[in-house]
Amino acid sequence: MSLLRETALVAGKDLRIEARSRVALYQILPFGGVVILLFAFALDPDRGILPRVAPGLFWVAVLLAALLAVSRSFAVEAGNGARDGLRLSGLDGSSIFLGKAAAVALELLALEIVLGVAVALLYDVEVHAPVLVALTVVTATVGVATTGTLYGVLAAGLRVRETLVPVLLLPVVAPVMLGATRASEAAVEGVPSEGWPWVALLALVAALYTGMGMLAFGPLLEET
Amino acid sequence: MSLAVRLRSAVCLLGRYPALAGADLDVREGEIVLLSGANGAGKTTLLRAVAGLVPLYSGTGEVLGHDLVRDRRGARRRLALVGHETFCYDDLTVGENLRFASRAAGRPADAGDAAIERVGLTRQNGVTHGRLSAGQRRRLALAVALARQPDLLLLDEPHAGLDAAGRAVVDAVISAAPSEGRTVVLASHELDRARALAGREVVLSAGRTVAGVVEPELARA
Repeated sequence: MSLLRETALVAGKDLRIEARSRVALYQILPFGGVVILLFAFALDPDRGILPRVAPGLFWVAVLLAALLAVSRSFAVEAGNGARDGLRLSGLDGSSIFLGKAAAVALELLALEIVLGVAVALLYDVEVHAPVLVALTVVTATVGVATTGTLYGVLAAGLRVRETLVPVLLLPVVAPVMLGATRASEAAVEGVPSEGWPWVALLALVAALYTGMGMLAFGPLLEET
Repeated sequence: MSLAVRLRSAVCLLGRYPALAGADLDVREGEIVLLSGANGAGKTTLLRAVAGLVPLYSGTGEVLGHDLVRDRRGARRRLALVGHETFCYDDLTVGENLRFASRAAGRPADAGDAAIERVGLTRQNGVTHGRLSAGQRRRLALAVALARQPDLLLLDEPHAGLDAAGRAVVDAVISAAPSEGRTVVLASHELDRARALAGREVVLSAGRTVAGVVEPELARA
């Protein structure tokens, strides 16, 4: 089976599980919404701070929700020896990595659309460069999903995985947070030329972790 | 006839404990071999080592011509393991779990249909794994293995948790294996039942194969 078909098989399996269990809909999405709301309460909309810091708050909320999505992606492999089943499946490690990362990325994209609308309404934010925002969202999401999937498998076989994933992942995705926030700020402020270099950084991080994940995921799945 | 499994001085560690301490095993293609031994003798570890789930610390291993260290994936594509767990997803239905297993093994998606019928779970096709009874889960685990259309079937306590009808299904699958060109290695404590099915018994003790390891004609080969 080709890499693409194996990837689609794994991604389809993960998305089907999420569609049926509705953990993303009933837990991860509300969690992201609550974070956005809490920021609004903490920073009082009347003081005019929220529109200026909205991009950073949005990406912090996405990142926190991404931690849950990554943990969930590997939690479904923990029951009934499913992880051993995945190892025995004969699927290539690269395909498993790409499939799991693609499923996480699609979940995050859906989450970002909902949270983006919430931020625009609650924080009174206008976007002046929609193409820049769209590319920022796509590259940052791929970066977070691939990084999360790579570090997620490191912790997957351990009993402390729920607490270890954030500790491992948050420092590594700092460049994604920085780039996504700066590019989003440029889009909100209507100076897209300042955002494109950050999108290039995001694309570089996404490509780097996609390549690293394709190489390292298989051995890590076997050894951890 | 060539060998489906060949282990030489296989040592596997679980932590620092040598669960296999120099096991040897030859299994011919199309043969049904029973692994017996007391609890902790190393039966499960041996099956998991053959499946490539437990790495060999030392020694050598080959499955259907694929080296267990250098070409573990090649070996896995041609085998299936029914272990203590089902390797299935709670939120996927019986049919979805089977389709995933068969397609992952490069088999047609409908390979699961024949398997589901064979184990008697046709009526549960749309039921999620999480809602199945313990016995139905055991049957599904066997169906998942069959849906992969393996050349080598590894069965760890395949009769455990099954009712009389379920045990008969397992017996039928094992008995039919040679005529389907399939090799079976099973570990069991139900020795009378398993001996009636197997052509040869290999006894393990303290992580070593102590009897029935190599047939005389294989030793000469």
